[in-house]
Amino acid sequence: MRSSGIGRGRTLRDDLSSYAFLAPWLVGFFVLTLYPMIYSLYLSFTEYNILEPPKWVGMRNFLVMFVGADRYPRDERFLNSLFVTFRFVFLSVPLKLVFALAVAMLMNQKMRLIPLYRAIYYIPTLLGGSVAIAVLWRRLFAGDGVVNSILRALFHFDPPSWISNPKYALGTLIILAVWQFGSPMIIFLAGLKQIPQEYYEAAEVDGAGKVRRFLAITLPGLSPIIFFNLVMQMISSFQSFTQAYIISGGQGGPIDSTLFYSLYLYQHGFAWSHMGYAAAMAWILLLIIAVLTVLVFRGSNSLVTYGSGE
Amino acid sequence: MKGRAAGLGKSAISNLIIVVLGIGMLYPVLWLVMASFKEGTQIFSDPGLWPKTWTLKNYGKGWEGIGIVPFSTFFANSFMICVSCVVANAAFCSLTAYAFARLRFRGKGFWFAVMLLTMMLPGHVTTIPRYIIFRSFGWIDTFLPFIVPKLFATDAFFVFLLVQFIRSLPKDIDESARIDGCSKFGIYMRIIMPLSVPAVITTVLFTFLWTWDDFFNQMLYLNSPQKYTVPMGLRLFLDSSGASSWGPMFAMSVLSLVPSFILFFSLQKYFIQGIATTGIKG
Repeated sequence: MRSSGIGRGRTLRDDLSSYAFLAPWLVGFFVLTLYPMIYSLYLSFTEYNILEPPKWVGMRNFLVMFVGADRYPRDERFLNSLFVTFRFVFLSVPLKLVFALAVAMLMNQKMRLIPLYRAIYYIPTLLGGSVAIAVLWRRLFAGDGVVNSILRALFHFDPPSWISNPKYALGTLIILAVWQFGSPMIIFLAGLKQIPQEYYEAAEVDGAGKVRRFLAITLPGLSPIIFFNLVMQMISSFQSFTQAYIISGGQGGPIDSTLFYSLYLYQHGFAWSHMGYAAAMAWILLLIIAVLTVLVFRGSNSLVTYGSGE
Repeated sequence: MKGRAAGLGKSAISNLIIVVLGIGMLYPVLWLVMASFKEGTQIFSDPGLWPKTWTLKNYGKGWEGIGIVPFSTFFANSFMICVSCVVANAAFCSLTAYAFARLRFRGKGFWFAVMLLTMMLPGHVTTIPRYIIFRSFGWIDTFLPFIVPKLFATDAFFVFLLVQFIRSLPKDIDESARIDGCSKFGIYMRIIMPLSVPAVITTVLFTFLWTWDDFFNQMLYLNSPQKYTVPMGLRLFLDSSGASSWGPMFAMSVLSLVPSFILFFSLQKYFIQGIATTGIKG
């Protein structure tokens, strides 16, 4: 083992021995992240089926996605998958955060059973990403599934098969996503504990009602956390794959109504060996996520109330 | 006194709402567990929880697996991958975090910013080139594509978590160890690692869970049933689904959730810490 340099000035040797500790990560960054990114950027301008060498096609992949290139009509399924994914993200993420905040507020009191409650509400998040739960969901919302048995018993009408109806299939995936509100709930709960109780008491003395206290104290106090949760949930929702794959049997059906972006990317890249096109899709996804993240941060700068320093 | 009584009433109502809602939340999972003990056609549509007749047949049939591959193979494969990934992540993410949190070297700020950026990077951008690279190494249908990246601390989330934790440790211990002539590696092994156990446990937990549930990558890289993992095994059941395979599939689904469950309840504290401090996605 090299001994570290003692003294104020950093020597080259000291730098090098420090870099030795960073070496695995550095190698990983260059070989497994940076090089693949550059490689996939290159591939996105090619046609590549993995067996023959990549063929440069310029902007064609990108043109096909959005407008079509000569001899290559626009990929309507791409636009549809983009639309499906946006609908999924913009419906499931806000709903998820609303539930997470509501339950966190319910729990933000002196209760002895909080750890138990927190655990119970976290279980769907703990298990929800698994194939097992996706399989269960497929069964629950089937035509002859449990959800319909309950609906029939309660309301005496003939409910549709939610999973195989293009109008409702995405809805079952949204319910599945919203059900897993455990992580943002735990983060909200930690955030609520940071808001000084005196603020609420002072507001109550001043005659502020519940709604007013929520709008004037809770929301501003939590705003950095709300934006944090929003960004994190958005990024991971855009990449959802397993649930749509299992519930739609790998096809994104019925009639492409659950054709998530990453599912369509998977089909192009790995079912049809359109590696170039799939790489182009991955870059578009990166751009969409980057733009949305920047927009959310911009919005947060104008809306978020940060504490007045420490 | 009056205020306190009102407070108690309010908290009773909150408790009640939380419990009722919680049962609703857990209902699908409870139903799955109970359904795995039900017989034949009862399984499909019976919304009730309690089986009319209890049976273990589903478990027996499920454990036999599909074709010639028993379900125990899938479990063994999944454990194999998860344990390797856990060990690699614990070792190399903490080593990297130690460098960022404690060592001084030129360009540290820059590399730290790069590391944070990779945290936000959607995995899909590297999926295809990595597949092509690993394929050219002949790693298709092996466990290497899952394990090798972990040897290079590619899970920036955990590096970040560990950096935050190590920064919060008092500096004077390693300062005095350094003066006593302890090497950088010695400080890492003998001081930083033992003190970082809580953050390392969080890393271990989430690495295990995410690897256990990772269906996308396992589907990309594994193609012979002998190498299949638990999620792949479940999909095999789904593909061959006649009405008769739902029971065994539910039984194996329940078994597939057991490891996550045990980990969560035995180490809950570390879960909550991990989520609350870094907002790790669950």
